[in-house]
Amino acid sequence: MSPPISPPISRVTAPVPKSVTTISKDRIIDWLGIAPFMLFALLFLLAPTFYLVVGAFFTPDGQLTLKNISDLFTPSILSAYWISIRISLASALGGAFIGFFLAWAVVLGGLPASVRSTLLTFSGVASNFAGVPLAFAFLATLGRTGLATVLLRDWWGFNLYSTGFNLLSFTGLTLTYMYFQIPLMVLILTPALDGMKKEWREASEILGATNRQYWTMVALPILWPSLLGTTLLLFANAFGAIATAYALTGSSLNIVPILLYAQIRGDVLHNPNLGYAIALGMIVITGLSNVLYLMLRMRAERWQK
Amino acid sequence: MSFLTLTHIRKSFGQTQVVHDFDMSIEKGEFVSFLGPSGCGKTTVLRMIAGFETPSSGTIVMNGRNQNELKPNQRNIGMVFQAYALFPNMTVRDNVAFGLKVAGAPKADIDSRVKEMLALIHLEHLADRYPYQMSGGQQQRVALARALAPKPQVLLLDEPLSALDAKIRVSLREEIRMIQQQLGITTVFVTHDQEEALSISDRIVIMNAGRADQIGTPFEIYNRPATRFVASFVGTLNLIDAKVIDPAANRIAIGDQSITLREPLGAVKAGDTVSLALRPEAGSIAPDAKGDTALTGTVIATNFLGSVIRTRMKIADSVISFDMFNNPGLKPPAIGDTVTLRFTAGDLLIVRE
Amino acid sequence: MKTNRIGAWIAMAIGASYFVIPLIGTFEFSLRMRRGEYSFDAYRSVFSDMQFRETFGYSMMMALLTIVFGMLLVVPTAYWVRLRLPQMRPVVEFITLLPLVIPAIVIVFGYLRLYNSSSVLPLTGSTTGTNILLMFSYITLSLPYMYKAVDTAMRAIDVRTLTEAAQSLGANWSTILFRCIFPNVMSGVLSGAFITLAIVMGEFTMAALLNRPAFGPYLQLVGANKAYEPSALAVIAFSITWLSMGLLNLVSRFGKSAPAKA
Repeated sequence: MSPPISPPISRVTAPVPKSVTTISKDRIIDWLGIAPFMLFALLFLLAPTFYLVVGAFFTPDGQLTLKNISDLFTPSILSAYWISIRISLASALGGAFIGFFLAWAVVLGGLPASVRSTLLTFSGVASNFAGVPLAFAFLATLGRTGLATVLLRDWWGFNLYSTGFNLLSFTGLTLTYMYFQIPLMVLILTPALDGMKKEWREASEILGATNRQYWTMVALPILWPSLLGTTLLLFANAFGAIATAYALTGSSLNIVPILLYAQIRGDVLHNPNLGYAIALGMIVITGLSNVLYLMLRMRAERWQK
Repeated sequence: MSFLTLTHIRKSFGQTQVVHDFDMSIEKGEFVSFLGPSGCGKTTVLRMIAGFETPSSGTIVMNGRNQNELKPNQRNIGMVFQAYALFPNMTVRDNVAFGLKVAGAPKADIDSRVKEMLALIHLEHLADRYPYQMSGGQQQRVALARALAPKPQVLLLDEPLSALDAKIRVSLREEIRMIQQQLGITTVFVTHDQEEALSISDRIVIMNAGRADQIGTPFEIYNRPATRFVASFVGTLNLIDAKVIDPAANRIAIGDQSITLREPLGAVKAGDTVSLALRPEAGSIAPDAKGDTALTGTVIATNFLGSVIRTRMKIADSVISFDMFNNPGLKPPAIGDTVTLRFTAGDLLIVRE
Repeated sequence: MKTNRIGAWIAMAIGASYFVIPLIGTFEFSLRMRRGEYSFDAYRSVFSDMQFRETFGYSMMMALLTIVFGMLLVVPTAYWVRLRLPQMRPVVEFITLLPLVIPAIVIVFGYLRLYNSSSVLPLTGSTTGTNILLMFSYITLSLPYMYKAVDTAMRAIDVRTLTEAAQSLGANWSTILFRCIFPNVMSGVLSGAFITLAIVMGEFTMAALLNRPAFGPYLQLVGANKAYEPSALAVIAFSITWLSMGLLNLVSRFGKSAPAKA
């Protein structure tokens, strides 16, 4: 507890001066230890990405150009980005909203502990239940002959599809994505809500604040970096996803990953380097949301120490 | 009429009763400490005053008004928590202003009150810092200012010093006491540290297993502990088993040495065992020591504690510790020495269970 | 507090129906193959499909290889960074998080360009090469999870002291790594392994674009051509995920209680 009076031990037992060669030899061994990892990261993560990023600024015959980037702003590609952004945003906001209430319910809602552990286990599973099978599950539930569709019709006489609903659309894909977005939000937000100290509520209460004042002046300002940050993470998560959308809609829904998939398969844009530019655009968008997420998380952690 | 009265307070959580029939009257401007080991119910009583817990039965009256039906935010109480509980998203200034802001005070009033409060805790220069940029001691002073800013009727302190370093703990407790006296605010202070309670309280409530064992000034508590628990919890104390020889004459024996007590023995008969308490500082082995009573024993250990030297001697089956003030000329007794401890018979207390 | 609890139950009810109804729907649908009655025909059809067995086996094999080689890469690295290169921690951690930032489809796009048959390292030129590339791509995908699981386990055991103790007893590096470090971070390794299993078994993008006969592309193919089998497959896939996560939970609970006993 009290400040150390004697100098730190490490200083007392400072290493006897070594010759320069042994020091550099040690350093080399140190660096060799992570060489395999670095080589792997370089070959299978950094170089491929770098290749695309650089390729986005060249013509197929090696001329430096900005045309690929400007070609991103043609209507068909732009609309793909726009649909992708909207779906990702909608599913992130929906997932964040519902996920927040679920996390709130188990942390602060006074539910039995078993409900909490069940929800967290289930969220662990459901957040990993994405891809092709998820599309099947929603087709079997909300498709034209799916269980929910049939039951709504037979029990309540409500014809879902006469309302213009279509699973293979913006709404349908958003609903489907939320299946893994909600649990992801729950998983990330539950610890953040656990970090809300009981004393903060009590302190605000004893100082005369109402429940509403506590939430608007204390709880939400403390939580918003986590909330916003996690929403951004969900956004990036949905933006890069392809398997679910592809299995659900084939290539009928023009979102960026599916466009890129088609481009990789068959060069539908008749310009391989335009494909690189599309990839670059995806990296920029997911990268930005992740950087913002990390910044917000650091801010949240600083407060919750 | 007392300012804060707790009458027949009981509290149970499920099957376990944590507070049994607690009664207490606190005067306006008084500084009262609840002292006891963890789990004794002291914090529960405090939280019932604050309104965070509802008494299972009994009433709490503050300033003539029954508090039982009031929510915490209607009670006008200031509270300081063990873990500071400053709002991390607000600066020091905003933290202190919080109570006034939620009450809808005019901005100019808030500003001047905040300034006043920050001056009181000598942290005007840190008004724009965030809690995470401050030390624990500074945070707790801000918490104190925040609690006092809305001019509460009562200030509740829930182990406010436990999370702090030893040195800051001492200086901050003195500061708390000074501010309390300056403002004349009625204060309830919960602690498990007897030194803290003894040093700054007007009165102390010693709590044990949900009951108040003794309520009294620090002087009374220390010098005339009412129960064995109080005696052992407050200060260092020798507990000695003695055999009653003659109840009518107040004669008892420790080993083969018999002495006469000043305090009446009460309803005991010859041959019974009674517990006696003696503070280590009550006696002396100096040759010129005064005292009407003496016990002789063999030294088994001496511990140098800085300002005092604590020596332990054995008499029959009992071990008695006694303190000598340190001075460079002193020659501490050696192990195996036979020494005679002299003290006044009135210092030897009979301890009831 | 009362209103709080009611609200909490309502939130849970909504959340639970969102989670459970699609599962029930899928299961119900998978039983509908025979007209007018429920049957397990769809499952029978799936299990008797040669392609199912082949792709399932292929993906299982890939998952296993990914776990083994991934751990051989991740455990020594995490160990070395903790022991000798703490200043590199932020860099290594950043790299392990990159696969969450760069979409899988972008990474595989890069592979196809960088390792095609006319490049210096023509991995996609042969079946074995492509298989290796696919495995590396899976390692990349599971890197964030594997590294985090292992690193968390290492934080719990204080690798430095353990290493110094082993060194003072005369152990060499491979003994230290395989007999002291690996067994002690087993809970982390297993957690990482189960999540990797879940990822690899359902992965679609990498395998489809590298043209390998994995389970993910097979699912997609069945989905495009059949009616009831996809639901049966979804139920099977969900069971695999559930099993992996269940085992992961079990392992992490076991791992948590282990240091307390020591």
